Amino acid sequence: MKNYKNDFPFFENVSDIYFDSAATSQKPKAVLDKLKEYYTSYCANTHRGSHDLGNRATREYEEARETTREFINAQQTEEIVFTKGTTEAINLIASSFVSQRFKTLILSRLEHHSNIVPWQLNGFKEGENLFIIPMNDDLSINLKAYKELLKEHPNSFVSVTHVSNAFGIINPVRELTYLAHKYDSTILVDGAQAIAHIDVDVKELNVDFYVFSAHKMFGPTGVGVLYGKYELLNQTKPYQGGGTMIDDVSFEKTTYLNPPHRFEAGTQNIAGVIGFKEAIKYINDIGYNEIVRHDMQLIRYANSELKKIDSLRLFTDSDNICGNISFNIDGIHHNDIGVLLDKQHITLRTGHHCALPAMKYLGVDGSVRVSFTIYNTIEEIDIFIKALIRAIGMLK
Amino acid sequence: MIIRERIKEISNNLSLFDDVMQKYEYIIELGHELPSLDNKYKTDAYRVKGCQSNVWLNAYEKEDKLFFEADSDALIVRGLVNILISIYSSNSVGEILNSPSTLLEELGLNEIITAGRQNGVNSMLKRIYQFAHSKKGGINV
Repeated sequence: MKNYKNDFPFFENVSDIYFDSAATSQKPKAVLDKLKEYYTSYCANTHRGSHDLGNRATREYEEARETTREFINAQQTEEIVFTKGTTEAINLIASSFVSQRFKTLILSRLEHHSNIVPWQLNGFKEGENLFIIPMNDDLSINLKAYKELLKEHPNSFVSVTHVSNAFGIINPVRELTYLAHKYDSTILVDGAQAIAHIDVDVKELNVDFYVFSAHKMFGPTGVGVLYGKYELLNQTKPYQGGGTMIDDVSFEKTTYLNPPHRFEAGTQNIAGVIGFKEAIKYINDIGYNEIVRHDMQLIRYANSELKKIDSLRLFTDSDNICGNISFNIDGIHHNDIGVLLDKQHITLRTGHHCALPAMKYLGVDGSVRVSFTIYNTIEEIDIFIKALIRAIGMLK
Repeated sequence: MIIRERIKEISNNLSLFDDVMQKYEYIIELGHELPSLDNKYKTDAYRVKGCQSNVWLNAYEKEDKLFFEADSDALIVRGLVNILISIYSSNSVGEILNSPSTLLEELGLNEIITAGRQNGVNSMLKRIYQFAHSKKGGINV
């Protein structure tokens, strides 16, 4: 297994084992260098002045859009909108596309709060116009029940996660999309947890919207992507008003630019977007074949080692997981485990992982989550397992 | 300067451990030693909500002194709660209000002094001071 740690300057300063990449990943040198390059060589605003510096910044920024298009195989560059993250992308679609167009909404039970609360803010409520797809025992989506929901409520908007942030479950996006379209529904897929682990092809998946964050795939924080089929984006109202999103402004009437610029009001996270381009290049250079192989080796090894610990409860037996594993220890609070692992220099996440409805459904108030990516190693998992056994021993 | 002395004493105890894991073994022991809070106080009204773990705090005044009793669903938090109670309980309003919570930094326990609602401990600390403030004018919270 190749060690990618040297690509990440963070690990020159921090010797802790970092198992919290599902929250945010570390950034490779190429990304950090690019941020510095912008701020030190052509720091100027985009899409405005006619000066060379601004033009260079605009060119780099728009190149990032084209790089992103190619990365997820969208049809056209105009289908890529930069947001500040997955959360903003979902809020944008909820408020500017869905709220006045759809009477019913369908979500899965495993959604992150960012794919629940924006819908509630836009008038969707369980028991009225919001329907939750039932799960199977292994936490996978019950496709049959999903189909029934769609049959009962055609013309719905469906919003589901590609990969569960709390349990790593991979949802069958192709089937979910096929069925949604069969029943005249429109679908958004939250790819925040998938994008660093799965080669996403939006054309092949045929999803209507796909959203993700740069910071979970080795890019800067504060950058997200909203992909939408052009005809749908074109029907979407502006989300925020301001500079660079207008065609013409008078006090009587303002007309807006076409997508994607219609949705990018005000000065954008220019450095972040330009840096994000390097994160995509980093992934492309390694290639998803290698990334998936590396990730799967870690996940399978961690799973088999965790299963050897008495009193450890995994949340799913499914092999169809990626990125993260969640567990609890009988009789021990997850926060206690987190504190004692932190003291042993292992950084991981404990708590409800912003997925309270899923946790409540499973009858727990939280879990311990380990998440892995390209810079993690088998040796780190060995150290983690030893530290975990020590922590359990202290708390029993 | 009772609070100051108590903090000094606990800080001395904690500094006896060279190894951070031993220090937490000690905190876990304090967690085991903390008496359970009567169930009638384990309700939302007494809950100091944390993002990860909960603390239930009952505060009362008796003979011009303030008393605190508390519990948590997490063992290490129970240990931290035990520390806070041993520092603040059975002190006068004036003693508490004249001892800023920054004094706790001496303990070197990030879990107590980090502002935030992760484990409920920092919020419990705030409640202790709020309670003392409310008693300053003799008004109930």
